[in-house]
Amino acid sequence: MREPAQIRMLPDGRRLHLHDGPIDLIIEADGPRRAVEQAYKAAATRFVTILDELCAELPLLRAPVFPNSPRPSSPIARRMYDAVLQYATSGVGVRHAGPHVRTLSPWHRHSCLCSPELGATPSPFERGLFITPMAAVAGAVAEAVLQEMTQAADLPRAYVNNGGDIAIHLAPDQSFTVGMVERPESPSLFGSATITAESGIRGIATSGWRGRSFSLGIADAVTVLASTAAEADAAATIIANAVNLPGHPAITRVPANQIAPDSDLLDLHVTRDVGPLSPREIRQALNSGLRVAETLRDKGLILSAALCLQGQVVVTVQDRRGSELQLRLETLCERGASAPEEMLCQPKERIHA
Amino acid sequence: MAEVLPPDTVRCDACPVLCYIKKGHSGACDRYANVDNQLVRVDPHLLLDRAKSQGAPLVPFLEREQEWDGQLLKGRETFVTAIGAGTTYPDYKPAPFIVSSEVDGVDLVTVVTEGIFSYCGVKLKIDTDRHLGPERNLVRAQGEPVGHITTAEYGSQMLSIGGVHHLTGGTKSEGRVTCETLLDLCNGKEVALTIDDGASITVAANQQPVVNGQREERMRVGCGSAAIGMFAKQWFGKVDEVVVVDDHITGVLSEHQAGKMLGVRETGIAIQGRRSTPGRYFQVAQPGTGWGGTNISDPLAILRPFKAKLAWPNLRLLMVSTTGEHCAYYELDESLRPVEKDLPSALQESVARIRENCEPALTTVLFMAGAGGSLRAGVTENPVKLTNSVKQSLTRVTCGGAPAYIWPGGGITFMVDVARMPENAFGYVPTPALVAPIEFTLKQSDYAALGGHIDYIRPLAEVLREKDRQRQFTSLPANPWPLKSSPDRGEP
Repeated sequence: MREPAQIRMLPDGRRLHLHDGPIDLIIEADGPRRAVEQAYKAAATRFVTILDELCAELPLLRAPVFPNSPRPSSPIARRMYDAVLQYATSGVGVRHAGPHVRTLSPWHRHSCLCSPELGATPSPFERGLFITPMAAVAGAVAEAVLQEMTQAADLPRAYVNNGGDIAIHLAPDQSFTVGMVERPESPSLFGSATITAESGIRGIATSGWRGRSFSLGIADAVTVLASTAAEADAAATIIANAVNLPGHPAITRVPANQIAPDSDLLDLHVTRDVGPLSPREIRQALNSGLRVAETLRDKGLILSAALCLQGQVVVTVQDRRGSELQLRLETLCERGASAPEEMLCQPKERIHA
Repeated sequence: MAEVLPPDTVRCDACPVLCYIKKGHSGACDRYANVDNQLVRVDPHLLLDRAKSQGAPLVPFLEREQEWDGQLLKGRETFVTAIGAGTTYPDYKPAPFIVSSEVDGVDLVTVVTEGIFSYCGVKLKIDTDRHLGPERNLVRAQGEPVGHITTAEYGSQMLSIGGVHHLTGGTKSEGRVTCETLLDLCNGKEVALTIDDGASITVAANQQPVVNGQREERMRVGCGSAAIGMFAKQWFGKVDEVVVVDDHITGVLSEHQAGKMLGVRETGIAIQGRRSTPGRYFQVAQPGTGWGGTNISDPLAILRPFKAKLAWPNLRLLMVSTTGEHCAYYELDESLRPVEKDLPSALQESVARIRENCEPALTTVLFMAGAGGSLRAGVTENPVKLTNSVKQSLTRVTCGGAPAYIWPGGGITFMVDVARMPENAFGYVPTPALVAPIEFTLKQSDYAALGGHIDYIRPLAEVLREKDRQRQFTSLPANPWPLKSSPDRGEP
């Protein structure tokens, strides 16, 4: 039976929790009480129909995007499509991916895939990239809800966190600090970042093989900062896929349909376990991911990215627009219980209901 | 038309995504799972349900919908656990749930919160005589120090894992691995540990321990000397000499008081090691994972030549370990050297008896933590009053509905057997620290007296109405009912 969408305040009395099927949004807005109330009301009103809208077009959203492929009709589906279209059109390079390479359903278990040979290091600009709108679903939903909020009220700061894909709103001179978590089930921050209004960052997304979505790569976490949440979402998946060591014996890959029977990825292999790797192997895998991340940054698709694998972290070099991931690993180690990070970015958020 | 599903698959219709879910997996939302081909809701907030009949701990959600039809609620008692309740830490705010209910005419209040414990750890009792490593040596997980070997107990080796110094006092990686190890142990998962200069073990709560790849089946019946005392009569007449090999005290029948009482003849046997009292020997070998917790695999290694004056050809010798797991039978040849022979059937029985008297070897996990300042502030505006109320047994402390033992002295330092708690009751925060459920139950009048957040009390029925957030499960039969004023059983 269809369960209705749920709307409630979290026990802290500050954050709004919206839940419908696989969508879980944690929302927080700063500002005068009245403005926050208006924003939350707008978010909830918009939210309740989102899942049905998306599911009405689900087959299309799970199908690969090519230049001139049919564009979905609902606004969030269009955001998704537009965010991934850049990877599938000229200028970003396309190569035919082969008919058996499809998206991974249901829902979050999508992936965007590259060349048909599994395990090959995906490199979107040389080998062609295969992607479906589902690669941006979480970010697109977060963005759409945030937009309703900022249109309904004048807010200095707000965010919508959709299971680790976060859309943020910052009025001039405002900023957020975010902490980055490498593994959802294991406690450690691998870095933190301060995001200022001036940075142009409005979307944050984290992808990794331990997360809710399947990954072809072995990254514990790739956190991407981009201009929109939908773009960050798609890019995080692509970069996380590129952190890889094809054919390495310590990596367990399992046919997707053994895990999710209705996966149209069929028996393509997704990462299920990564054994201990040597420091050199870790660097090698991270570097292949970093190359993709820097290409995406040069193309203007992301602002920066941090990639984490088995305790090692690499970060894209700061770009001219001044966005930065200020890694503060030493201070994080020393700090006690109360980390000041306002949000945690991790492959999947644990929701304290 | 009924849909034909692949084997071991259910289709979830809780939302329009309509996931196909394979057995043992959850759907895209992680809220619905296929448990033995039934669609089950696995939401975070648990309600402990005291059902008359003890059913499966997870209730299939469709049946649950029927059960939650208000009327049925009256007939059963429900206790709100803190699992998934969330926490207001570090804010000094009332706990997430303060629930009132009436039991036997008394108004009770249960304050429900999840505690974030930086000061916490587990004590592992591993039922084995095998030598795991020298006392005080480090215990490691994934190469990181996470605890140490502490004082051994009767028939068991003890490990202390976790604690604030490993969680936050060492490197970042040490803290992370310690937290992960604690979380897994508390949630009943298997954990691989190595001990410096010692064994590699695999342990999980209430499972048999695996020491150096070997699964431990039984804990010893007693020390070697105790085994002689227990079984001397059954051996008498069937064998001339028995040596019970034990790393702690090896027993020798003919020299032992029990053998003397029966009139067992001297055999001229000579044992390595240090004699304690007649028939009892310390340190017959090095500690290890062989016979009786020693390092030997050939029991003759602990014997010196028989004394020719006393021994005789054809003397019958049984050597056995304290668990009956190892045994060998010998007869002396003309030159008084033991020659291994098949174990006579009369003795097979006595060896089997030793085995029968050994209890199953288990690893048991006690979670131990201290409820600090801000957690108590979620209960009352005057935190020390809560401590005092717990000390005076006016307030009962439970963890996920399981009884907690409160360590005497200052603060609220408690211990709980994780096996008595519901599955996956523990979580973590990146500090790193563990998140564990804790419930304080007391009379409403006492709660008011200690400065409780009376304004935040909600009736049970109101909390139960938020059923979309809750999971109901059946109280474990071994646990006293948390709301009962006199516990069914003593505290652990």
